[in-house]
Amino acid sequence: MTNDLDIFVGNTTLIDEEVYQLWLDGYSVSDAVSLRLRSGILEQTGATVDVLQSDTMDHYRTFHMLERLLHTPSKLIHQLHFQIPPSRQAMLIERYYAFDEAFVREVLGKKLSKGTKKDLDDVSSKTGITLKSCRRQFDNFKRVFKVVEEMRGSLVENIQQHFLLSDRLARDYAAIVFFANSRFETGKKKLQFLTFEDFAYCAEQMIQNWTLGAVDSNVDDMDVDLDKEFLQELKELKVLIADKDLLDLHKSLVCTSLRGKISVYNEMEANFKNLSRALVNMASKLIHTKDVRDFFIDLVEKFIEPCKSDKWTLNDVRLFLTQYTTSAHTLDAFRHQALWDRYMSTIKSCLLKMYHD
Amino acid sequence: MPGKLKVKIVAGRHLPVMDRASDLTDAFVEVKFGNTTFKTDVYPKSLNPQWNSEWFKFEVDDEDLQDEPLQITVLDHDTYSANDAIGKVYIDIDPLLYSEAATVISGWFPIYDTIHGIRGEINVVVKVDLFNDLNRFRQSSCGVKFFCTTSIPKCYRAVVIHGFVEELVVNEDPEYQWIDRIRTPRASNEARQRLISLMSGELQRKIGLKVLEMRGNAVVGYLQCFDLEGESGLVVRAIGTVCTLDKISNTAFLPACNSPSKEMKEIPFNEDPNPNTHSSGPSTPLKNQTYSFSPSKSYSRQSSSSDTDLSLTPKTGMGSGSAGKEGGPFKALLRQQTQTALEQREGSPHRFCRRREFPFFTLTAFPPGFLVHVGGVVSARSVKLLDRIHNPAFVGIMGNTRSYKLLDWNSFNSDEPETRDAWWAEIRQEIKSHAKALGCHAVVGYSESTSICEEVCILSASGTAAVLNPRFLQDGTMEGCLEQRLSWQPGFFSIGSEKGEVDFFPQNQDSSSLLGLEETSPPGCGFCHIPYDELNMPFPAHLIYCYNCRKQKVPDVLFTTIDLPAEAMVIGKGCLIQARLCRLKKKAQAEANATSISNLLPFMEYEVHTQLMNKLKLKGMNALFGLRIQITVGENMLMGLASATGVYLTALPTPGGIQIAGKTPNDGAYEQHVSHMQKKINDTIAKNKELYEINPPEIPEEIIGSPFPEPRQRSRLLRSQSESSDEVMELDLSHGKKDAFVLEIDDTDAMEDVHSLLTDVPPPPGFYSCNTEIMPGINNWTSDIQMFTSVRVSRLSNINLTNQTLNKNFNDLCENLLKSLYFKLRSMIPCCLCHVNFTVALPEDEVIQVTVTAVAITFDKHQALQTSRVPVEKTLQRASTDNEEQLQFPLELCSDPLVSQPFSPAKAASLDKASPLAEGHLRHRSVPSCTNSTVSVVKMTPLSFIPGAKITKYLGIINMFFIRETTSLREEGGVSGFLHAFIAEVFAMVRAHVAALGGNAVVSYIMKQCVFMENPNKNQAQCLINVSGDAVIVVRESELEMVPVQPSTAVSQPASAGDVTT
Repeated sequence: MTNDLDIFVGNTTLIDEEVYQLWLDGYSVSDAVSLRLRSGILEQTGATVDVLQSDTMDHYRTFHMLERLLHTPSKLIHQLHFQIPPSRQAMLIERYYAFDEAFVREVLGKKLSKGTKKDLDDVSSKTGITLKSCRRQFDNFKRVFKVVEEMRGSLVENIQQHFLLSDRLARDYAAIVFFANSRFETGKKKLQFLTFEDFAYCAEQMIQNWTLGAVDSNVDDMDVDLDKEFLQELKELKVLIADKDLLDLHKSLVCTSLRGKISVYNEMEANFKNLSRALVNMASKLIHTKDVRDFFIDLVEKFIEPCKSDKWTLNDVRLFLTQYTTSAHTLDAFRHQALWDRYMSTIKSCLLKMYHD
Repeated sequence: MPGKLKVKIVAGRHLPVMDRASDLTDAFVEVKFGNTTFKTDVYPKSLNPQWNSEWFKFEVDDEDLQDEPLQITVLDHDTYSANDAIGKVYIDIDPLLYSEAATVISGWFPIYDTIHGIRGEINVVVKVDLFNDLNRFRQSSCGVKFFCTTSIPKCYRAVVIHGFVEELVVNEDPEYQWIDRIRTPRASNEARQRLISLMSGELQRKIGLKVLEMRGNAVVGYLQCFDLEGESGLVVRAIGTVCTLDKISNTAFLPACNSPSKEMKEIPFNEDPNPNTHSSGPSTPLKNQTYSFSPSKSYSRQSSSSDTDLSLTPKTGMGSGSAGKEGGPFKALLRQQTQTALEQREGSPHRFCRRREFPFFTLTAFPPGFLVHVGGVVSARSVKLLDRIHNPAFVGIMGNTRSYKLLDWNSFNSDEPETRDAWWAEIRQEIKSHAKALGCHAVVGYSESTSICEEVCILSASGTAAVLNPRFLQDGTMEGCLEQRLSWQPGFFSIGSEKGEVDFFPQNQDSSSLLGLEETSPPGCGFCHIPYDELNMPFPAHLIYCYNCRKQKVPDVLFTTIDLPAEAMVIGKGCLIQARLCRLKKKAQAEANATSISNLLPFMEYEVHTQLMNKLKLKGMNALFGLRIQITVGENMLMGLASATGVYLTALPTPGGIQIAGKTPNDGAYEQHVSHMQKKINDTIAKNKELYEINPPEIPEEIIGSPFPEPRQRSRLLRSQSESSDEVMELDLSHGKKDAFVLEIDDTDAMEDVHSLLTDVPPPPGFYSCNTEIMPGINNWTSDIQMFTSVRVSRLSNINLTNQTLNKNFNDLCENLLKSLYFKLRSMIPCCLCHVNFTVALPEDEVIQVTVTAVAITFDKHQALQTSRVPVEKTLQRASTDNEEQLQFPLELCSDPLVSQPFSPAKAASLDKASPLAEGHLRHRSVPSCTNSTVSVVKMTPLSFIPGAKITKYLGIINMFFIRETTSLREEGGVSGFLHAFIAEVFAMVRAHVAALGGNAVVSYIMKQCVFMENPNKNQAQCLINVSGDAVIVVRESELEMVPVQPSTAVSQPASAGDVTT
């Protein structure tokens, strides 16, 4: 005797969070059943494998039907088809749009194109995340990107409004959209030690300080594209390294104030000019798209790695960057104080966030 | 022109993309009522059109208003080719036609297409202005309220319970018309949906007319069913109980925003108990008085009372007001002379006789004191051969302007002896005589059903024979009393007995109790006392003095189809008991087939009964409530499924155990096996007693004074089969002279039986189940409820099917289904599955379909433990007082007053608060304030109440019929995906309609039909679903200011009314 048809429909749609997670993780029904078996659910409930199989199938069908609505979460909220309490709706959306750290690190900064999607099987085999789950996550990224790309207003707010995500998840998506738009390189071996959270933090800093939205809150793409004018102006900072006197003066000011406070004083003194050149050169080149993409590599190669080889502590870096930034203000010949602050505050935040093992 | 229907199309949302090129839709809407159609403008290039149309006004008869659904079609405009239909919405405007229900229908409705399912939503506003009807010949019955609920609806009081009403209409099924060969599946489905909607509207209107004639104002326990007879047509039939209901503290409840016309209609309701204020007109014979619903109407009736009946005559001839109108009841009396029946109606005695001929009540729960004694289950089945319904002609020919008007089959074929009406009349007659045999004058918990396979149809009816308290059946006022008694009594006396009045109150010794019944029969056990004469018993029975009052005789086991009476005294908890049975049958044609089925039926009933009895004993219980036996006929088998809720009634004796006896007593190994089985059974009984907390107090033997020392099983199930004939076969289900507690293992069959007894696994800890409204022993429900439908279709793989394997398969199917439910609902523990309703269908050879609808309700475990420990003696005293207190609000707290704690203020308060959980889960009131959701929550339940909440208003009946078809079955996820989506869609459409009526819950919800057909080879499937229920507004109890002392509860009512209107 076989069951041709086996369904359960509740007036309030029944959602099992565990099964939902298994579905999101891209497991087939039979895999999900065996995973559930391993969790010892049968012992707890005294059910049989058949029951578990039928239950899993039911949930999978429900999720399959809900998926269409989850693509436009506002539809899920307003639809009449499934009666789901608001708290559960929020859970469904939040979990559907949640992503795996391993996956996002693979895709972050890549163009969300068909080509990338084709490579997802590589990502899948590399990360151990099922291809199905990879596709869902990729499609989520792309969907959010498409919707908010051309929108005016705050990126985070737009994402929150259209996808009804939690603040935290919306911020993560803002970072993903920002990275995808500027195509920051994050996949190089040297950058592997950085987590998504590091990048998300950096993205937030850059959005807050370096985009058009930072100066004018009513323009298209305000949070997505970097402020071109600002990037152009950054060239002016070159004076800090081009003018030898200015460079020396800057160095002596920093050294004076850091003497006795920093544990790697000698190394700092020896390296000051290299570090300053690195930071200022990066600034002056950011007008080129290519250099924007290499932004994080540059930060790592030209600042973090030298400091690390000299065994700077995080505190040393903080003291140095603080002094380095403020000392420039006392240089009478240096006139781009506002520009300098706009640049350095973000660089400082990013570097401090990224300075770990 | 007594009504104006106004419709406004506001907007649409989430429409499907109809134009692939632009990914957009140019939508417009057609609004159709009757033959009039209006259109909105095209709203170009949008998936969320804002039509904001003018008010479309339809000026229509109220008759049309009752029959016709409002039909809204959403289309995509196409300049070059035909416009594409997106989908439709059918709105039943009936709830707008009676004063106390909804005043406006407004909200988002899913746009439904029979091929694609739900495709977006549309916002519609519908209003009705009713004018006073001055037409004395009217055929409409606006104003009669309908309730699916099988008890007196909360917030109403029954002034009079008049009795049984039935009607059926027949038409050709569009699916089988020649035109179906050339039209699209969509057109065919829509024709069918529309026809059924029309037929149910007409049926309801006709029932309403009968209600008016019986001077009632409402139908309670309204059950409407479809018989899809295939080639031979489509039958829509309905039964119900006519009542005169009075709204409790009515004026306070009326919303202030009523239109003047509505308020006019309200007045008579209030005056119903006192009809003579209207009927004091000169020279009007009392018998012709009619309860009035509008002042004007009553006027017309009065002034023309002598020709009221005459005026109906031509209509009857025309077929719209059929002979069946009065016919059902009196056909049996005057079966040969239906033609002359109309003249007979003039004579008053006949009229009353006819009206009361079937003293049946579809109610399953009653006001306290209504039910005096219960006799037992009565049932009747009949196997019929379907023939083509002749002349499905249109009345248009008859000069009626409504060319699409449906025809009552009987009126056209009144010369034809075998009509559906006559079939049912026959069965009802049998039921009545069975009830009489049990010494009962009435049948309660009455229901009818059919099972159709090809051209064979089994008609079934069952109910519980009972003796009722006449106080409720007549008018409360003195003047009315006399008249009502006159009209009422002949009905019962005419049962044909020479006993006359004795028959009325079969217990002569109790005749003093005519007015003070409560004194002589204690309410907690009175209904168990036998109504029949001990010396003249209809069957061999084992009677003992009641364990409770020790005054009257009671049977050892009681089977009923009703809910457990609120006043019943019960020990422990109840449980769902099912008997399942399959019987193979040879494939045969026509007569031969019908004969073989009728030959099988008695055996099936016998076995079902034995199974029930054994399982009941195994549970250590002594009574069954809510018994429902369903016999389903298939091509090559018959299925029997009986469900009931077992309980332990304190009034009845403790059931004896089950003894097993072997046939070959000398075989040692065999002996051992038998004793092993015996031990297992004894263990199971002991375990069950513990599980269900059955610990009756020990009663010394001598008090009981059993007249029969030998326990003997006895049947209270009187039934009969008849095959296309009037031949009635009475079957004695008792096991003759044999000691029936003994199960003899004489062959493998019996072995199987014993095994199957033991295979029923009890539900996992924390779960209880019952098929009645409430679970005895649990009274602290939280408001966390989950209504669900589960469907399983199983294909039997064995080629050589035997009865045993079939039984086992069927048993496994049901058991696994239950297990699956327990697993799915495990997060609700501790919880009880209430109103578990199984339906079995045999859509094809070797295919079994089981559908279950039930509601899971969470309860608070700790309180349950407390209350169940209350000593029986105490509850005994409480029972009577609680009973008095409850007169006005039966079942109000959904608690069983017997097991419930003494009604102390502190306790009641804690009950109201339920639990912190309750507040979190009850969202219906808090939702509007909820920021991120605009969709209001609509609760659905098969019960007549929502735990933890109070029904403040009934908005009208929901009765919906949907067809869904697909030609891309695989793409929609196979049969499971298809049906899952469809049932979810049906729920969604019910919720949308209720929300549009302003309601937040559906009570007494039932899925009456779920017909599923598939053709996997063609990648096709089709499903028909029919659901009904009562749309209501509920207010969370914690929001009402509840005062524990009963009299002041009435005071708190206006507060709740305020809540409603806000």
